[in-house]
Amino acid sequence: MPDTFLWYVTRAAGAVSLVLLSGVVILGLLSTMRVQGKAWPRFLTTGLHRNVALIAVVFLFLHIVTAVVDPFTHLGWGAALIPFSSYYRTFWLGLGVIAFDLLLAIIVTSLVRNFIGHRTWRAIHWLAYASWPVAVIHGLGTGTDVWSFWFMLLTATCVGVVLIVAGYRFMAGPFDPLHTARTVFRGSVEKRELP
Amino acid sequence: MSRQYELVVDRIRCDGRGLCAELLPELIRLDDWGYPIISSGPIPDHLMPLAERAVEDCPVLALTLRRVEQGKRGGR
Amino acid sequence: MSTMRLLAGRTLSAGPEGFAEHAARLGPLPHAGRDLTEVVVRSGLTGRGGAGFAAGLKWRAAAARHAQALVVNGAEGEPHSKKDRLLMSTRPHLVLDGALLAARAVRVKEIVLYIGEHHTIARAAMEHALAERPGAERKHFRIAAAPARYVSGDSSAAVHLVTTGIALPTSAPAAPAMVQNVETLAHVALIARFGEDTGTVLVTMAGGVARPGVLEVETTATIADAIALAGGATEPPRAVLLGGYFGAWVEIGQAQGLTLDPVALRARGLSLGCGVVGVLPGSHCPVCETAGIMRYLAGESSAQCGPCFFGLRALAEASGRIANQGSNSEDLQRLQRWAAEVRGRGACKHPDGAVMFLQSALSTFGQEFASHQAHRARRTA
Repeated sequence: MPDTFLWYVTRAAGAVSLVLLSGVVILGLLSTMRVQGKAWPRFLTTGLHRNVALIAVVFLFLHIVTAVVDPFTHLGWGAALIPFSSYYRTFWLGLGVIAFDLLLAIIVTSLVRNFIGHRTWRAIHWLAYASWPVAVIHGLGTGTDVWSFWFMLLTATCVGVVLIVAGYRFMAGPFDPLHTARTVFRGSVEKRELP
Repeated sequence: MSRQYELVVDRIRCDGRGLCAELLPELIRLDDWGYPIISSGPIPDHLMPLAERAVEDCPVLALTLRRVEQGKRGGR
Repeated sequence: MSTMRLLAGRTLSAGPEGFAEHAARLGPLPHAGRDLTEVVVRSGLTGRGGAGFAAGLKWRAAAARHAQALVVNGAEGEPHSKKDRLLMSTRPHLVLDGALLAARAVRVKEIVLYIGEHHTIARAAMEHALAERPGAERKHFRIAAAPARYVSGDSSAAVHLVTTGIALPTSAPAAPAMVQNVETLAHVALIARFGEDTGTVLVTMAGGVARPGVLEVETTATIADAIALAGGATEPPRAVLLGGYFGAWVEIGQAQGLTLDPVALRARGLSLGCGVVGVLPGSHCPVCETAGIMRYLAGESSAQCGPCFFGLRALAEASGRIANQGSNSEDLQRLQRWAAEVRGRGACKHPDGAVMFLQSALSTFGQEFASHQAHRARRTA
């Protein structure tokens, strides 16, 4: 079992990334649900969502770089960018790469949101619902101490909170007050074929 | 004279999220149903950074900044 | 001044005027090209769809931006208006002539006849008339059905239906098509032949008159003249709603002397709008009428913009409360405040039209709104 400093950093950064990315997903869900309180304006939810995502990228970067340069794993840079190209735990690592690639697409499109328009941006942003679970599974599959108590607890907590919040978001009906009326009206003005 | 801008909202895209009014209460307030009422006219220079932030933060990209021609009034 | 009238020719109850009859009465389609635009500008013709924009200026703008289609607006979504349907079902060739002339002037090859989906007689007459035209003319036309909603007649909704298949009004600038009302084009057909406008307008008389329906009157005629032509009022009227649901209430004393001239009306801050002249009988409650119309207009919001959908609904509810339960100061204040807040905050003109209608009611019937009491006997409409 490798006990190098790099290997500790990889695992720690991975765990932190998991927590931060779970937080990002939760904040994104809260944003859609338009939550706000007396001391919690909506721009705080949006601002945190964005900033926590950027911090998560920093930790992810650390996680990936330390994994690649670690002499024990013999990972080349290719393994970090191309899914399923490593010899070391090929499948589980590949999942991590996929999750990262999806996240990259989400972040890049968010940075250029003004240029690509809201619709395209939103379509790509939905990939978050693919990226996060894949990242969670990657974490469970590649970690050497994955069966340790603290990591299981951490993962379970993150998954639990995300599922609860996501459950509410998808069950509690449209949050846009005009949604129903708009849909009904659209239905009444769609093109008629003349008999 | 430096360029002046005004805030313009795409009324169809606007969803009544209200972040703009939180960020720029000096120029934007919400009506009884959560939709923005924007003061007309050019944005004062000292509020430009907040206006830019409001445009950036709008979840549905409904807000834009439009250059004001000298002598023209802004819209709501 | 031309003595030609839009509705000259066979009696209106005799059905649509056929192509041969039309040509015999008026001569063939004039060979006017782009210079017709300037003739139309000089004629002073204004749009007869509601907005009243100068037709010639609209043509110039459409040519300048290389419009690709002409939409002939026969949607007639205004509940009481019947003039467009009448024109299409009795003088379809006037409309087709006008459309072809406008298309040529603006250099557009595609013409869409946008006809209300429930206006079956009008559509049948237009289809039949099209079939009578030579192939070289017929090939430019197609027919699109306008959904039976109030906003379907909005120009941007018409263009939206033609381009995307959904009749949603938008605030989109510079549409790829030019939209012109059916009656406006009928006027064009005569301007091209006689060099000047007819000097008449079509109005739909509605409400408390003995013979409601469409009249063609000179622009020098007054509302009093029009009421007389419609058989007189059924009882002494209280007021007139000029211009349909997006129009304005005018107290009868002032209304009677108003001429049905778009230019003269505009100078007084009024508009002929879609041409509906609604006469409010003295026994009808203006507060209840206004509340009913507000409820209708609120229900016709396309629900794309919050201020329109929620604002008009709130205004309708408040005026409804005043109508049904009697006046109260909170609702009166709300009406003023919300009306001021809603105006101008929709993507299209629907909220503006509704709010200006309400504001004209509050101004003309201020006394009634302030002192309204619930009616004990509910009149069945």
